[in-house]
Amino acid sequence: VSYRDHHPADLNDALSQRHSDGREARGSLSDLVPRFGHGSRVPGWDDAVDLTKDPAVIPDLATTPVPDDLRREIEASMAKYPDRRSAAIPALHAAQAVHGWCSPEAIEQVAAVMRLTPAYLTSVASFYDMFELEPKHTNDVFVCTNITCSILGADEFYDAMAAAAEGQDIDVRSFECLGACDIAPMASVNGEYVGPLELADAQRIVEDLVAGQPVLKDKQLRYRRSVDPNVESEAPSPQTQSET
Amino acid sequence: MKPILFDRIDEPGLNTLDVYQRRGGYEMLRKALSMSPEDVLAQIMDSGIRGRGGAGFQMGRKISFLPHGDMVKYLVCNADESEPGTFKDRELMQKCPHALLEGIGIAAYAGGIEKSFIYIRGEYQLQADILEAAIAEAANAGFVGERILGSDFSMSLVLHRGAGAYICGEETGLLDSLEGKRGNPRLKPPFPAIEGLYAGPTLINNVETLSTVPYILRMGGGDYAKLGTETSTGTKLVSISGDVKRPGNYEIELGIPSREIIYGLAGGPPSGKKIKFWFPGGSSSPVLTGDDLDVPYDFDSMAKAGSMLGSGAIIIADESRRILDTMLKVAKFYAHESCGKCVPCREGTNWTHKMVQRIYTGEATPMDLDIMASVQEQIIGNCLCVLGDAMAMPIGSMVAKFRPELEAEIEAARERADGAALEDVVALGVADEHAGPIPVH
Repeated sequence: VSYRDHHPADLNDALSQRHSDGREARGSLSDLVPRFGHGSRVPGWDDAVDLTKDPAVIPDLATTPVPDDLRREIEASMAKYPDRRSAAIPALHAAQAVHGWCSPEAIEQVAAVMRLTPAYLTSVASFYDMFELEPKHTNDVFVCTNITCSILGADEFYDAMAAAAEGQDIDVRSFECLGACDIAPMASVNGEYVGPLELADAQRIVEDLVAGQPVLKDKQLRYRRSVDPNVESEAPSPQTQSET
Repeated sequence: MKPILFDRIDEPGLNTLDVYQRRGGYEMLRKALSMSPEDVLAQIMDSGIRGRGGAGFQMGRKISFLPHGDMVKYLVCNADESEPGTFKDRELMQKCPHALLEGIGIAAYAGGIEKSFIYIRGEYQLQADILEAAIAEAANAGFVGERILGSDFSMSLVLHRGAGAYICGEETGLLDSLEGKRGNPRLKPPFPAIEGLYAGPTLINNVETLSTVPYILRMGGGDYAKLGTETSTGTKLVSISGDVKRPGNYEIELGIPSREIIYGLAGGPPSGKKIKFWFPGGSSSPVLTGDDLDVPYDFDSMAKAGSMLGSGAIIIADESRRILDTMLKVAKFYAHESCGKCVPCREGTNWTHKMVQRIYTGEATPMDLDIMASVQEQIIGNCLCVLGDAMAMPIGSMVAKFRPELEAEIEAARERADGAALEDVVALGVADEHAGPIPVH
């Protein structure tokens, strides 16, 4: 039994279940991994080394259904580079946006358009933190728990965030440095950087996500001004001057 | 000091071509195209600017290493800013993307390069969107593309988004990633200047370095070199974070005392407490203590003080912080980000992480600190890239400088663990007659 044999909807159910001892089971598929009596995992338990299957060849584009938009986007990416293989990461980004995760179908579609093997693309996808090889929820909250953020309380915020997102369509992950230590502790909510965060913000993030509105608008990094005292704070361009 | 890169950086609309051109943007590209590539390179050489990404290699010399002749050469702008503590390129790209594009144009012209790429980390979505819009604007206005501004020089520019891997900030790992592979570093030599992207000669520079190039041309290389110290010329963006009142990016002249940045600009610890330890150049640099605050902030003085300037990211921790917590975060980070290609790094980072965890659980002994220090010695210099070294240096410096505190942590955790073990046994009701500490070893 491989978890490939399960319908993604079943997997989503499994993801939101808890172990009998109350331990968080979401995000791990350990319940679905077949094991020998002594506890070792049966070889071929994950899709990278499914020994029950023949090696996958490059899928035929004629027999692999690929959404038109996705195919066009991947082809446009390939055209940008001297070597089409360079488009692997942009193509996987595009496929993940369509499928929600780098599912076997998503990988196969990219493989068909790019003329690469699914194994190659899986090896690429598994290297990078932003590609998900397991089903996941729609919304992503990446909580930075690296040095600066953790000095300023990110670990406590992560716990609060994970608790607040319980039961919602939100994945909470602790992430390595996201490059925004000036607003530590911070998080990236569906790509939007917000901070500095307090524990109460966890609930607000969930509320904003559920309501489908911009997250923590007063704490978004995009509006932050420079702190350097040598930067002239008000330097309106001639155009804006004439407007005022 | 009058800022150069941060000159009126908050001006509304500076990310658009319109505003950037109104303050003289792209004039330096025009000027460069009217000069010979050799003269442009001479200006960059004269400026003495050293790479702002971490290694601090002179940009002019890097360009001069590119082979001459009629061949396809590449320029890659390293915007995969992932060194913990660093966030300067983010602000530059978000607020003034056209300075970067102009710098790329000038550097490409100086090196005879026709194809350029910007590799930006995947998490910087806002910045990538802004850069993409800026590239489209610049291409529309004829600053990027075929026969720029009526000259014979053509250049293409592609923005490439990464997908979250620290190792892709290492230049050869970045090249592999840009070629669509896993981001594994390559054996050097050959260096990228000889054999880089698609096996062609490749110039790789950081966002901040390239963004400075138009200003070097405007001031003149010689005048730019008058800023800073003799061997660390110019200004530098410093990202300061942690226990300070005003965290953020500051543009400083290289060579000013570190105290001036930490206390003068960033305001020092908000609690008024003393500084216990600080990273002067990102998490990869050996930590310094509160006694080192008067070290001048430039490449050579930092090296002399036993640390490094790195990417210019200062992380401050005041005396209420435990060194052990930061040690765990550093070890965990490098263990997670090691690509796994070289054994000393893959095993060394993982075992160091496990050894630090053992301190927490009370299983460690003071001898572990010696083993930890020896592991670091085994890593340094034995891998294809410096990711392992980047863990070994800060961990080694923490063990060396905070040994008494770490030994006390080990002892305290062991006592806690013993107490907990005893409570478990008592709770089970089997050890009443053994009341008293249970020998651990």
